[in-house]
Amino acid sequence: MANYSTNEFKPGLKVLLDGEPCSILENEYVKPGKGQAFNRVRLRNLNTGRTWDRTFRSGESLEGADVMDIDMEYLYTDGEFYYFMEPATFEQHQADVKAVGDTVKWLKEQDVCVVTLFNGAPLSVTPPNFVELEIVETDPGVRGDTATGGTKPARLTTGAVVRVPLFIDQGEVIRCDTRSGEYVSRVKQS
Amino acid sequence: MRWQPSATLEALRARAAMIQRIRTFFDVRNVLEVEVPCLDIFPNTDPNMATIEVTCGGVTQYLQTSPEYAMKRLLARDGVDIYSIAKAFRDDDLGPRHNPEFTMLEWYRVGMDWQALMHEVAALCHVCAEGLQSLSPPQFDSYGALFERHLGLDPHKASLMALRHACDRFTDLGSLELSRVECLDLLFSYGIEPTLGATGLQFVYDYPACMSALAVVEKNASNIAVTRRFELFFRGIELANGYQELTDSEEQARRFASDEDQRRMLNKSAYRGDPRLISALQHGVPGCAGVALGVDRLLMTLLNENSLSAVQAFPQSRDQ
Repeated sequence: MANYSTNEFKPGLKVLLDGEPCSILENEYVKPGKGQAFNRVRLRNLNTGRTWDRTFRSGESLEGADVMDIDMEYLYTDGEFYYFMEPATFEQHQADVKAVGDTVKWLKEQDVCVVTLFNGAPLSVTPPNFVELEIVETDPGVRGDTATGGTKPARLTTGAVVRVPLFIDQGEVIRCDTRSGEYVSRVKQS
Repeated sequence: MRWQPSATLEALRARAAMIQRIRTFFDVRNVLEVEVPCLDIFPNTDPNMATIEVTCGGVTQYLQTSPEYAMKRLLARDGVDIYSIAKAFRDDDLGPRHNPEFTMLEWYRVGMDWQALMHEVAALCHVCAEGLQSLSPPQFDSYGALFERHLGLDPHKASLMALRHACDRFTDLGSLELSRVECLDLLFSYGIEPTLGATGLQFVYDYPACMSALAVVEKNASNIAVTRRFELFFRGIELANGYQELTDSEEQARRFASDEDQRRMLNKSAYRGDPRLISALQHGVPGCAGVALGVDRLLMTLLNENSLSAVQAFPQSRDQ
């Protein structure tokens, strides 16, 4: 991979720091009137999700990290691994529990997720912004109650629990925003 | 690509008015305006100065990072007070406070000492601020006092270990082995500078002897060797840097040689010091104090703006 100098550190650039793949969040250039210039850089460790605040001498460089975000279709899980496929090449990748992380609660077969590969292996999985999932368990719907604004918990096929309006019933399919974990709307079944 | 200027017409008017005020300020004080080359065959030797090299007449030449060497040659021959308002060039990272070309006001006062010059800088800033904002009276703090107050450290005496340990409070340095000067620079930049000049002009003086550049080094009242140098801060931004000017040609030659060594150690082009400056100092530069002030930054802070793009018509942008 190429090396990147501090003046090329831009948000989103993927670099290797102490062997860990990181994404640059911020890069602040600090230059005393006379003296050494520094770059105070905020990075996210893509392995752990932890944020780092690291200082470099200006002009130092870091090796780029071979990190790629690829749209892949989720196929299935065998209990140990989660299998994804690149639609264009049909190439399959297996992601472990750590890579899938919290995304597991939104994973529905055939949905397209963003799989982040580090040196060719899945590092993390980002679900689609919106998913449509069936409710497997919730209190019975209160007919006609569309106005009071009350909510109740509902468990979805994937195991996720979201707050839904009172009129929603078990067996219905709902649309959720995976970024906030919130109910968006009811989905009419065709 | 955007073709429009980034500064408003109002800001450009304020800029023109400020430059007129500066010229009037010096005119009434009988300080002569001079122009010196922006392009020269010798660069500044400062190890941390990022000089832009260009080819002209088939040889490498340098866009000047400040007019100081040439102005000192004028002082050597004529010995009169002089000032220059001109573009200076530095290849620093682009950002809200840095543009590769900027307008520098530099002036030299023969027979004046650095303390009197600090007061003159304050007077000039107050003249520039008229009608833009009211500045409270300037504050003056020594470098050492600020370290004591903000970090509980004596920058002149603390061990390298103690300085490095203090740096860890502000940032993760990884495997970076900072030198003493670098630790001081980092601590000042992260721990002190952002707080300076919050309510008005704040001058910092008596820098450690290791940060002398072209200034005189002397013992202060506590018998510590300090640099007779000051910087001006306003709203956390450095606006000016002044010296009791070094006029000793032999000491200047030693600093040139030391700069050259340091640049070599840093794997930077080892610039040879300008021999014409040495000759001028041998001829004799009168005792004087000099200061450089960033005109764009002064205007930016006086207009309560946070980026040079608000006061420069066509700054460079990261997105170009």
